[in-house]
Amino acid sequence: MRKARSPLFLERESYRRRRLTDAARVLPIVAMVLFFIPVLWATPEDNASSTSRGGFYVFAIWAGLIVAVALLSRAISQPEKAVPPATKDPDQPDGDEGS
Amino acid sequence: MSFNILVLISLSYVAFLFLVAFAAEKQAESGRGAWLRSPLIYTLSLSVYCTAWTFYGAVGYAARSGLEFVTIYLGPTLIMLAWWTILRKLVRIGRSQRITSIADLISSRYGKSNALGILTTLLAVIGTTPYIALQLQSVTLSFTVFSGGESSDLQSTALVVAAGLAIFTVIFGTRNLDANERHHGVVTAIAVEAVVKLCALVAVGVFVVWYVAAGPRNMAELIDESAIAHWNMDGSRWMTLTFLSAAAFLCLPRMFQVLVVENADERHLPVAAWAFPLYLFLMSLFVVPIAVVGLAFLPDGSNPDLFVLTVPQALGRDGLAMLAFLGGFSSATSMVIVAAIAVSTMVSNNIVLPIWLRAQGEGATVSGDVRQVVLLSRRLSIALILGLGYIYYRISGGGAALAAIGLIAFAGMAQVLPAMLGGIFWRGATRVGASAGLVLGFGIWLWSLFLPSLGDGGLLPPHVLTDGPFGMGWLRPQALFGIEGLDPVVHAVFWSMSFNVLGFVIGSLVSFPQPMERLQGAQFVNVWEYSQNPGGWGQSHVEAEDLLIMAQRIIGPNDAQALFQAEAASQGKAGYLPEPTTDFVQRLEKELAGSVGAATAHAMMAPLLGGSSVSVEDLMAVADEAQQILEYSNQLEAKSAELGRTARQLRSANEKLTALSIQKDAFLSQISHELRTPMTSIRAFSEILMDGESLTAEDRVRYSQVIHDEAIRLTRLLDDLLDLSVLEHGQVALNLEDLSLSKVLDRAVGATDRLEPARPIEIKRDRQTEDVQLRTDADRLAQVFINLIANAKKYCDADRPELQIRVRQIKGGVTIDLVDNGSGIPSESQELIFEKFARVSDTSKAGGAGLGLAICREIVTKLGGTVDYLPGQAGAAFRIVLPNTAQTQEEDLTVSAL
Repeated sequence: MRKARSPLFLERESYRRRRLTDAARVLPIVAMVLFFIPVLWATPEDNASSTSRGGFYVFAIWAGLIVAVALLSRAISQPEKAVPPATKDPDQPDGDEGS
Repeated sequence: MSFNILVLISLSYVAFLFLVAFAAEKQAESGRGAWLRSPLIYTLSLSVYCTAWTFYGAVGYAARSGLEFVTIYLGPTLIMLAWWTILRKLVRIGRSQRITSIADLISSRYGKSNALGILTTLLAVIGTTPYIALQLQSVTLSFTVFSGGESSDLQSTALVVAAGLAIFTVIFGTRNLDANERHHGVVTAIAVEAVVKLCALVAVGVFVVWYVAAGPRNMAELIDESAIAHWNMDGSRWMTLTFLSAAAFLCLPRMFQVLVVENADERHLPVAAWAFPLYLFLMSLFVVPIAVVGLAFLPDGSNPDLFVLTVPQALGRDGLAMLAFLGGFSSATSMVIVAAIAVSTMVSNNIVLPIWLRAQGEGATVSGDVRQVVLLSRRLSIALILGLGYIYYRISGGGAALAAIGLIAFAGMAQVLPAMLGGIFWRGATRVGASAGLVLGFGIWLWSLFLPSLGDGGLLPPHVLTDGPFGMGWLRPQALFGIEGLDPVVHAVFWSMSFNVLGFVIGSLVSFPQPMERLQGAQFVNVWEYSQNPGGWGQSHVEAEDLLIMAQRIIGPNDAQALFQAEAASQGKAGYLPEPTTDFVQRLEKELAGSVGAATAHAMMAPLLGGSSVSVEDLMAVADEAQQILEYSNQLEAKSAELGRTARQLRSANEKLTALSIQKDAFLSQISHELRTPMTSIRAFSEILMDGESLTAEDRVRYSQVIHDEAIRLTRLLDDLLDLSVLEHGQVALNLEDLSLSKVLDRAVGATDRLEPARPIEIKRDRQTEDVQLRTDADRLAQVFINLIANAKKYCDADRPELQIRVRQIKGGVTIDLVDNGSGIPSESQELIFEKFARVSDTSKAGGAGLGLAICREIVTKLGGTVDYLPGQAGAAFRIVLPNTAQTQEEDLTVSAL
């Protein structure tokens, strides 16, 4: 058993993976901001905000997020290519954690 | 369309669901149901989120307030997008801690606290009851659309629906006890319903957009001309409702059930992360168009909550209306079924079982079958919850007050959110904090949202609403602290969540957690590092057999025996009794928790194990300072575990050898004795015969008879020895043939009848189960049975000896248990009885040389099976496991014969 210390620099592959998981963490926050934007422009007095345009905005954002999360979770759940054990991401569910 | 056809179609649809659930259970049982555990089924099962309230209600909501309905779907979408951060962790914790419900999660995280479990359960019951009433209402309302306003039968329709749902849930929701076994039947039926409701809504939507409005462009124009053309954005409601639906998606009992408990594989999450938002997207895409068309084409005053049904009906599309009806029916039934399962699990694990255990007192861990109690309490809880839903429906009269209850229930269950998220992300969260937050949040929710929602006839007199209790204006339910003008839901959610979080944080900061809390906290928060758990039970002495007896009562004899056998094997021991190491005891507790919940499992283990449940080492593992030491000691630990395993094996081998050597000495002296006694009499009588001309013919015959008998005795002894040695050296030819197990047993029982008629034993058999075809050696197998039955006859010390023969088919073979009602074999001898020359009691009684069981084991091994002593039964018990065909063994023999 090697000491489970995270190394200072990672292989290119592992580096990519970590950034992907970072993206996965940020995505819901981005989504929340996007979903809350109508609060800023759709004020009751403003006649420019109509249900059809608002609906178009919400559903377009929604569809975009679905595509984004599909691509992202696909990339994350792809098995890692033969990475030496020292570069394991501590966040990755690994085999040795099974109960 | 006539009302009767509608009833007929609904009934056949329900029958179809029964069939689906039944087929899925069958598939899962036979192990062929790999598709039952696919990400698709998981995603579809999440759709229990979309209840009748969202199916019918969303369109009504859109007709009243435009786009705001979409917030109910945006919250869950956000949570699914956050799968990597939140859901993955929840699912992993649920798996590693064997969580059975959200109440179990909270109770387990905060030191397996019973009080918190009860609190969460109560919250769930209060939040779920009106919601079930709402489903009943929507189903009965949709019936009236077709019955043309005959509302006299409304109550009975609701009653029939409630009873039918109770039956379905009891049949498929309480088949097995282990929550980790999952309800394949229910989940598959829910998945089918999910498809039906999506198809129904999309079909109505497509009809509305392309047939009624002639294309999306015209549809947009139609929207712009409608009453909801202008988007009245209320920012606070928009954000609050999004938050609320996100919180509810995590906290509602039924959602937790499908998200975490029924999750078969973590790898389903990445798929569900995009597939479920897509499902929600499709569910809401056509809501506004349907609402707009409903507003435009239906007469004023028609109920917008039923537009999904009435729009196609009014436009003469009865088939489509029928499909929409089935969609709504599906939404209602799936919600009720899953909610009833989830809440009944909570009620039985967190309320009924603890009370029952306490009522039983100290003896609870020793007697009685817990499984029956659990199943019964679960069935009764299901009936109770549906009954409560029905009563609530009757009392509330099914009016508009009920329609608002969806959000109110969401807000109630959302009170669990701080304790839940805090529990899995913050190690400092304590039980005191969680209780304070829950009680505060729950109280404010009751006061500011739930009680006022009951209307004028409810529990709050009108003057309290306007002036506050006892004239204290700052306590007015809908304007706490004098802040007026807020939307009631926003107001209640804001104050209840604020005080909840505040109470949670402050309570956690000022209190000091107990050891068990710190331990569980570390395991929850650092679930990725500690999936192998540190500690739980201290070093203590407990008999493995006691543990087995208790485990059999909770998870059933077969599973318990399999679990103990596997553990014993991994420790390098044969048989069913592993060393009760700390490790094993913890794993066992988790297995039990999968059936009866963490708090109850812990309470049941406590009297057996006694003493403190957390050892110093465990606490060291929790303390941050010890982290460093732990890392280094991990390697040592792995090595010492290896050493420990070897030492255990060596120790047990050594014990066996010592005992054997003593027995061998005893045997040698005994075998010399056994050989000498007949020899002496043979010599003596032959000497008499040699010089005995004076003997009468009669005496001569008698003396020769003695010599003959003694010679036979000698031969038998030598035969046994020879038999054993032949078997051991593998030079035996098996005579394989296809035969029925029951015939072999008949033969064996017949042979033993003749053997010793002096001591009768009653043999109980179940001929139906014995009807098993085997390919094996009949003579050899019969020899084994004869030996075991003869043993039972000899040694069973009961007043009325009984021998029970139980046959059970397993995968690829059959097990045969022979259990008598005597006092059994003491555990220190259980290891030895299969060795040669071993005898438990004194030699005089046995009459053999102690070779019988050794021969049995050799024969069964040759037939490709195993024979073991089965501890924890009424008396002495032996289990024979045989493969359906002894083919492989035969090949081995031919090879060795060549």
